[in-house]
Amino acid sequence: MEKEDSKSKKAGGRLCCICNQRRAALKRPKTLEQICRECFYEVFEEEIHQVIVENQLFKPGERIAIGASGGKDSTVLAYVLSELNRRHNYSLDLFLLSIDEGITGYRDDSLETVKRNEIQYGLPLKIVSYKDLYGWTMDEIVRVIGLKNNCTFCGVFRRQALDRGASLLKVDKIATGHNADDIAETVLLNILRGDIARLSRCTSITTGEDGPIPRCKPFKYTYEKEIVMYAYFKRLDYFSTECIYSPNAYRGFAREFIKDLERIRPRAILDIIKSGENFRISTSTKMPEQGNCERCGYISSQKSCKACVLLEGLNRGLPKLGIGRSRGHNNDGRKDGKQINGTSIESKQCGTLDF
Amino acid sequence: MQLTLEFGGGLELLCDSVKVHNVHVDLQNGAEKLTMKDLLSWVHTNLIKERPEMFMKGDSVRPGVLVLVNDCDWELSGQLDTTLEEKDVVVFISTLHGG
Repeated sequence: MEKEDSKSKKAGGRLCCICNQRRAALKRPKTLEQICRECFYEVFEEEIHQVIVENQLFKPGERIAIGASGGKDSTVLAYVLSELNRRHNYSLDLFLLSIDEGITGYRDDSLETVKRNEIQYGLPLKIVSYKDLYGWTMDEIVRVIGLKNNCTFCGVFRRQALDRGASLLKVDKIATGHNADDIAETVLLNILRGDIARLSRCTSITTGEDGPIPRCKPFKYTYEKEIVMYAYFKRLDYFSTECIYSPNAYRGFAREFIKDLERIRPRAILDIIKSGENFRISTSTKMPEQGNCERCGYISSQKSCKACVLLEGLNRGLPKLGIGRSRGHNNDGRKDGKQINGTSIESKQCGTLDF
Repeated sequence: MQLTLEFGGGLELLCDSVKVHNVHVDLQNGAEKLTMKDLLSWVHTNLIKERPEMFMKGDSVRPGVLVLVNDCDWELSGQLDTTLEEKDVVVFISTLHGG
């Protein structure tokens, strides 16, 4: 009782502006509305449902892999998607797909979370490991190359690993937990890097529709704050430790900048996404042409895909192969499209959020 | 004043990996009430063992750290000006760790 009293005093007796009955529990960043827990669950889930319907993210009968890291976003995504699938009869077959990069003390712990999620949500889990796919764990790679550029390896390998895992599961699409904050951050980073190719596609809610397995982002318009609040109120089981190898410096600055903006004006996040969506790339900008890797067949704008080049370097004892600014600079307008694409990967710190 | 403080979303790593702290916080000399502003500086001094910049920025929490007082978003109760009472539960959750 005592707790109830102090609660009401602090919230100034404010009632939920939706139901007008229960006490408000949070302020929505998107709308600045003060709403109670129950109404929050409802609007949170319903908005995601609307995004799924309006953008036709899924078709009935499809098999969908949820990229599951054990972190907050993918855990909430798995929970909400299985809930909406039941409630609105999407008729989807949902799977959890996890990548084991082979990082002791980080990924082995987070995979335990995913294994619990498999049971909690009743979704079949598939784990694919770097060791199986490439013959190397990240621990082994770091032992060879040190703590510089390791995120390049990890990011390039993860992207392919998700696709390979998805084709093993025979799914039609991959859903990832990228949220509105992540996307706003990526828009800014792509501007800062002059990466026009990525800038033009990073706000798409579905990507890779011309490739073997498209990816979609049901949380494109969902604020990180709400995802974390949802996970907290629902007591969802997620893992939150930073990767032990990730310095993530450049992205870290963009992230902090976005969070500072959000504090002053929360709409800024949606507005940055809107700006990203409405960029018109001039037709004279050469874009990289998509082809296939001559070695493994994976989509690539080069003869060999980045993963094959990196792997060759590792196996030949030349781990610097494929790293470094050897193929020209993004800001040089005279370079052709292939060269423009060539530099876009090595400057990245961590590939977790790459699109 | 007895308070329960909870750290989540990776913030627990800054205080010896302990998530829940039952603490006793004394009022400053002459002060009649304890505000969140006072509590943050107390936490900074007494609980945070490493990388305080992950928790605080200026005299508030770092943007991206969510604060709940008795399970209510502190943005509804005046943030730093929120007055704390005996046996309140304050939760800090970082949103900054990977997804």
